[in-house]
Amino acid sequence: MKPAPFDYVAPASVEEACATLAEACGGAAVLAGGQTLIPLLNLRMSQPFILVDINNIPELKGITRVDHGIRIGPATRQCDAVDSDILIQDLPVIVEAVRHVGHHQTRNRGTVGGSITLGEPAAELPATAVALGATIEIRSSQGIRQVSADEFYLGPYMNVLEHDELVTGITFPGWPQGHLTIFRELAQRPGDFALVGLVGALAIEAGKITHAGLAWFGMGPTPMKARQAEQLLIGQSLQDIDPEIIAESAVADTAPFDDQHTSAEYRRTVGTRLFARALLEAIDAQEAV
Amino acid sequence: MSKHTIELTINGRRHSSDVEARTSLADFLRDDAGYTGVHLGCEHGVCGACTVIVDGKAVRSCLMLAVQTHGSDITTVEGLAADDGTLHTVQQTLQDEHGLQCGFCTPGIVMTMAALTDESYRSQANPTEEQLLGALSGHICRCTGYQGIRRAAKKLANPVEIYSGDES
Repeated sequence: MKPAPFDYVAPASVEEACATLAEACGGAAVLAGGQTLIPLLNLRMSQPFILVDINNIPELKGITRVDHGIRIGPATRQCDAVDSDILIQDLPVIVEAVRHVGHHQTRNRGTVGGSITLGEPAAELPATAVALGATIEIRSSQGIRQVSADEFYLGPYMNVLEHDELVTGITFPGWPQGHLTIFRELAQRPGDFALVGLVGALAIEAGKITHAGLAWFGMGPTPMKARQAEQLLIGQSLQDIDPEIIAESAVADTAPFDDQHTSAEYRRTVGTRLFARALLEAIDAQEAV
Repeated sequence: MSKHTIELTINGRRHSSDVEARTSLADFLRDDAGYTGVHLGCEHGVCGACTVIVDGKAVRSCLMLAVQTHGSDITTVEGLAADDGTLHTVQQTLQDEHGLQCGFCTPGIVMTMAALTDESYRSQANPTEEQLLGALSGHICRCTGYQGIRRAAKKLANPVEIYSGDES
């Protein structure tokens, strides 16, 4: 249970980090919080020859309001996101999602960007990024590009990053004040990966849903956006919708799998219930306003 | 395989050492610095036994590299009791509530609760019962002696009861 030998560098700038990644030609691993990478190293499931620790790069940390949204530095610790006044005020669904990532002790080291970049299919934050329409900023020595979270994931733990690229920011578009937060997950124990989960937000103006962003986790090889359900919801008033029917269409956009924890059928059944309940809860919340 | 010189404070004492890049903080604390109160269970972040306090926060020492702690202030379970042997409130409460059986998982549990309750670490008010019990989900006790540990956590969240003599 000891990692294979590797070199370690802790660059002070993004430029330096990208140069090292390019030089390593795929033999490097980026160390952010390490709460997934270090287990993989200890189990020797990953054997990079160099670790690039990005924790000493100040520009990769912090949560700031930007034009039309919020930018989160990828090396921002999950515990800092939970306590962020900006997130609590503007996008509380992110706080709710981060609270469900791992345990108190791993959130003290784990980073928002680490979880989003890794793309564990049952993890909360990748789905949150997809649901809310986040944009992922990627840099390399060659330049900078922006990829929507929706197009970032290719499969379990697979994304569009090239070996010389580094995620340098995640920008969440702003949602109108008073939008409704949707978060539901079923896990065997607190801190476990979800068997099924749903995350997102609904914006409502003059009684009608104007914008819906919803995505599943644990329901396919990547976060799965509930496109059909989003389309059905937009323009409707919450009081008039039939949660059961929309839940059916939301599950139609998923590709649940069998694994050692449970079956695809179970995920589909529970997913449908979770979705309907989340909508009923949203209706109650709306009526309470 | 790079080697690095690190300087850090452990339990109030300065340490300087050369470490291999791959050395975990847990192995460094046990084998190099001699703090064997840091217990290693799973070595991949699941069991919580190796939890220590790094710069005021409870973290898994098996999931951090020693080289990353250059300049840090670390507390292990050896650093909690007073010099005359008086136990830390968390240790005393666990003892009072029979919150341990074999004791293997205990150092980690002590450090998690100390990081949350100890005024010298925490930035916010005394933690709620929910916060303490929530943080305990990051620890596994294979003796399954959870009820005593939970009682201790509840007492720590409601410190007045410690002095009231109420054993209910």
